Amino acid sequence: MGKEYRYVGKPMKRRDGEEIVTGSALFLDDLKLPNLLYGKVLRSPHAHAHIKNIDKSKAEAMPGVRTVVTWEDIPDWRGGTPRNVRVLDKKVRYVGDAVALVAAVSEQIAEEALPLIEVDYEILPAVFDINAALKPDAPLLYEELESNILPGGTPIYGPKCLKGVVYGDVDKGFEDADIISEGIFGYENIPNALPPEPPGAIAIWEPPNKATIYGSSQAPYMDKVSLYHVFNREVDVRSIGHHVGGGFGTKLMCWQVQAYAIILSRATGCPVKITFSKEEQMTSFTLRVGSRIRAKVGMKTDGTITAVQGTWFVDTGYYSFTTQCQVAVGSGELQLFAQCRNWDLQNKIVVTNRNASGATRGFGGQELKCSLIPVLSLAMEKAGLDPLEVIKKNFIKPGGGYFWRNGEWYDYRGIDFSEMMDRGAERFGWKDKWKGWLRPSAVNGALRRGIGVGVHGNADIGEDAAEAYIQLGYQGTATIFLCVSEHGTGQKTNYARVAAEVLQIPPERITMSPADTLVTPFEFGPVGSRGTYAISSAVINAAENARKQLLEMASRKLGASPEDLDTVDGKIFVKKEPEKGLKWSVMGNDRTILGYGRFEPDFTMCNCLMSFVEIEVNTETGETRLVRVVNATDIGQIIDPVGLENQLNGCWGSAGIDSALFEETIIDRKTGNILNANLIDYPWRTFKELPDIENVVLETPFPSHRFHAVGIAEITTSPGPSAVLMAASNAIGTWLQQYPVTPDRILKALGEKDTAGRSEG
Amino acid sequence: MRSKDTIQLYINNNSYKLDIGDRPGQVDPSHTLVFTLRETLGLTGTKISCGQGACGACTVIMDGKAVLSCGILTVECGGKEIITIEGLRNPKTGELDPLQQAFIDYTAFQCGYCTPGMILTSKALLNKNPHPSEEMILEALSGNFCRCVSHYRVLEAVISVAENRE
Repeated sequence: MGKEYRYVGKPMKRRDGEEIVTGSALFLDDLKLPNLLYGKVLRSPHAHAHIKNIDKSKAEAMPGVRTVVTWEDIPDWRGGTPRNVRVLDKKVRYVGDAVALVAAVSEQIAEEALPLIEVDYEILPAVFDINAALKPDAPLLYEELESNILPGGTPIYGPKCLKGVVYGDVDKGFEDADIISEGIFGYENIPNALPPEPPGAIAIWEPPNKATIYGSSQAPYMDKVSLYHVFNREVDVRSIGHHVGGGFGTKLMCWQVQAYAIILSRATGCPVKITFSKEEQMTSFTLRVGSRIRAKVGMKTDGTITAVQGTWFVDTGYYSFTTQCQVAVGSGELQLFAQCRNWDLQNKIVVTNRNASGATRGFGGQELKCSLIPVLSLAMEKAGLDPLEVIKKNFIKPGGGYFWRNGEWYDYRGIDFSEMMDRGAERFGWKDKWKGWLRPSAVNGALRRGIGVGVHGNADIGEDAAEAYIQLGYQGTATIFLCVSEHGTGQKTNYARVAAEVLQIPPERITMSPADTLVTPFEFGPVGSRGTYAISSAVINAAENARKQLLEMASRKLGASPEDLDTVDGKIFVKKEPEKGLKWSVMGNDRTILGYGRFEPDFTMCNCLMSFVEIEVNTETGETRLVRVVNATDIGQIIDPVGLENQLNGCWGSAGIDSALFEETIIDRKTGNILNANLIDYPWRTFKELPDIENVVLETPFPSHRFHAVGIAEITTSPGPSAVLMAASNAIGTWLQQYPVTPDRILKALGEKDTAGRSEG
Repeated sequence: MRSKDTIQLYINNNSYKLDIGDRPGQVDPSHTLVFTLRETLGLTGTKISCGQGACGACTVIMDGKAVLSCGILTVECGGKEIITIEGLRNPKTGELDPLQQAFIDYTAFQCGYCTPGMILTSKALLNKNPHPSEEMILEALSGNFCRCVSHYRVLEAVISVAENRE
């Protein structure tokens, strides 16, 4: 157990609790501004077409309509990696692509104006999957590219950005192997993380080159950065964040809706709000990448993975902004999972005529692992190995290392997670329940139970720089200046908590600035489980820095050196003579003590979550039920016990475990239409179907920050899906290798097993 | 009551007489209740998520029942008693409703976007049945979408209020 702290690790109510439960918490759509106009987007009904002509005269003439903007009305502004996606283009590349933007005095009028815009399309042949996109004569989405493959690497991860995992000698690795397995597997069902609040933005244009964005983004400072590049580095954006109604990584980037709002505000001179409908959120806002792998794996009979070779195909939809990042991070995470010495795992990022994929929690690693683990499972089955033991053997340990996203090699300086894995297995009862591959753990008539295990670790817990200021008040108070929006993890409460611990004042005496780039220093955003190590380190460092300034000031008055002083509850005193002290008011009410804290990226450690799942399958109907989940993690020091439990419970939501059971975005591969873009046809788990969840949490101190903690939340969805595939296969006694394990797939697999059994007999 | 040109709504024990028409501040026959609450009356505690009656985010209490305000036209609500999340506090003391307090005490939310809908769904249940079984609570909340997975703590919070009731 960690050290006893006054606030760290103690149950604490959320700072924004009263606002949340009374409905006064402000989310983007709740903001009201004078003269506000409402924006709507005309979207393409075709998957691939040239726009030959647009006649907007009727729409413009409609009373209440203030402007209609098409590609002809704006400069060549672009986003994407590479920067090849125009904000509005003369070509559309998916069903739902933006054709025109309308601003009107009401949302209803803007909506009614859309069908008045007459568009003449020249329809082009389209590609709806990886295979079609990679054919030699495939129609090209971008004429300037020679194929539908995007270049690897991204400038933000540096010139050596990780583009795959290639090192060692795979030929030797396969020679050393006792078992070789291979196959083509995928995680291509594009489950949607689906935050309840749809993305949106309000923009206020200020001539000649400034704009203010009120966003629903989970990374407000990065909006300023990405929009700067989108607008050809000519527009200075102030970004202001609010309560975010769920992000799950998808709201890392909201550049399109923000750019639309800025363009409409620029055209009208009024503030403009755009809120996506649920259908737009599900058809035209960030999706998870499609992942498919063709791989060959070598393994020894003791479970050592000796070689991994193959190609990872990543379907990014019609463009990429962060997919190269996801490939880099996913490739890094795979090495944490498998400390193999011989790799030749390359990849192809493929564009297809569907809505774009982008950031989503799991960020490349979840998708890659869900694709590769079925190949490893075949090897484990051949060798008769328990997957828990194989995972434990191959997961990173002290002495190990890996190439991370920037292409640099890192010697691992984190902890050994083996004990955590054992403790989780013990709680789950793994050893009693595991009967071998393709064997159920229990049978009750048509109901068969199976178990599975998965793991995920991420060295992005220390990714990207973070900065914070802390101002001390003479009455024993403090203010944190930090560009973070609360998006559900409760981290804003925790930043006040760690600052309170350093300054030894109650958290109620701490105020937090809004997330506003005009007020706060740089902060990348709470993604990749970096909220605890990276962001709170910046806050801790700012608090330490402010405290140091305070004690230095007091030392002159107390005639003692700063090192001999301490401060508790707004009083400064000499440690050896606690009665000799001063109040913080010694600083005077005409002086500001401002502490600055910065965190430099550190990729030398990772977090780890292991998920054990038990599934019950009805072999007559093919229905599945998630019976029980045990999550095990070791996070150094618990900062927020309740928030931690809530986040770990999130393992099945936002496209986690349920992405292997029933969640999928259904795309008509003939037309490119998404067929279930609403909350009726897209399946989601209800209160009536809650599985039992138990969370096992260890606290082995990490060499991270002052409280030795690391974050975990981003990855809680990641180990589960492949564990479900394993569990369902074990339950029915034959391989299921596609996500999700829907009743039709289960019945089909059972039917084939039955047929095979009869012909063999 | 709805006359030819006006409609009378009773929201959070306040009476609102609104003109029917298509000018700002009026109730257009096409306006949903959630639109009137949020855009015309400024009661933005009621949230819109799916806009199709599938997710429960826009739940309000109407004549004692939990209803989805995105699927009801305001012109149908003449004379109805409506309670929104803004109306749950004790109007005299300002004290939070026990359910609101329990959601804070149990941290029965994460992003909080679906919380007003969950609290009102639970409130309607407890008004009807002060001592529901766990099964009844789960059934009542089964139309409330939550993606962070706060379900377990929501259940604990609602049970705590149900158990403390006389």
